Amino acid sequence: MTATLPEVGSPGLSIEVPRARRTRSKGSRTNFEMYSWIFMRMSGLLLIVLVLGHLLIMNVLDGGVQRINFGFVAGRWASPFWRTWDLSQLWLAELHGTNGLRTIINDYAVRDSSRFWLKMLLYTSAFLVLVLGTLVIFTFDPSIK
Amino acid sequence: MAKAPAGTLYRGREGMWSWVAHRVTGVLIFFFLFAHVLDTALVRVSPDDYDRIIDTYKTPVVNVMEFGLVAAVLFHALNGVRIMAIDFWEKGPRFQKQMTIAVVSLWAILVAGAAYPILDHTVRSLFGSNA
Repeated sequence: MTATLPEVGSPGLSIEVPRARRTRSKGSRTNFEMYSWIFMRMSGLLLIVLVLGHLLIMNVLDGGVQRINFGFVAGRWASPFWRTWDLSQLWLAELHGTNGLRTIINDYAVRDSSRFWLKMLLYTSAFLVLVLGTLVIFTFDPSIK
Repeated sequence: MAKAPAGTLYRGREGMWSWVAHRVTGVLIFFFLFAHVLDTALVRVSPDDYDRIIDTYKTPVVNVMEFGLVAAVLFHALNGVRIMAIDFWEKGPRFQKQMTIAVVSLWAILVAGAAYPILDHTVRSLFGSNA
């Protein structure tokens, strides 16, 4: 059997033209990136109030973190206002952060497979954090033993 | 030093370094959020388990890290306002350098102001007469 060289231009041998445009698949012709850009700004605006308020209450006022314990959480979550605050904060912060890391992975991942797997890891962790956090807020029981 | 070409916002100097700092603080905050949702989930396990993990937040080393977290969040928030001003305010791009100076100055003031209430207990427990 004689060894045959791959034809010139076959996938195994092809070298991309430097700085060639990535060919986009038809499925990605949406405005997703624009909506993600808007989401980062709108959620950021809300998070400034939610997160800075959270840090002020938890770390700065009335002795800060030293006074936090189960009873403190139970007292706050007795109020629908703070449960709504914490739920909004959880969802907005997790989605804002996940979208930020998605951008960073897109920027720095060199190989398509590492980009894919890093994003799968990211989306899996985001899903778990959102489900767990939401369940905890909705099923909180102050009289748990 | 050669001047940066006109119209660049993200290459060199303030524009670039605030972009780098925005990324770094964003990643740090995201990883903290992951840990923080897990530790808070212990309220669903038992009050004792929750109190035990929260006690680690009260130790001097973690308390200093909380101060770092507050500093990171404050920078990310203030610089986020600057980014929105650049994007949505017609004069934003022209004043991005001045806004960076404003962000860093305000950040320094707020971080200095947060130092006492956040670190007070830790400093007293380490160096106070009752230590």
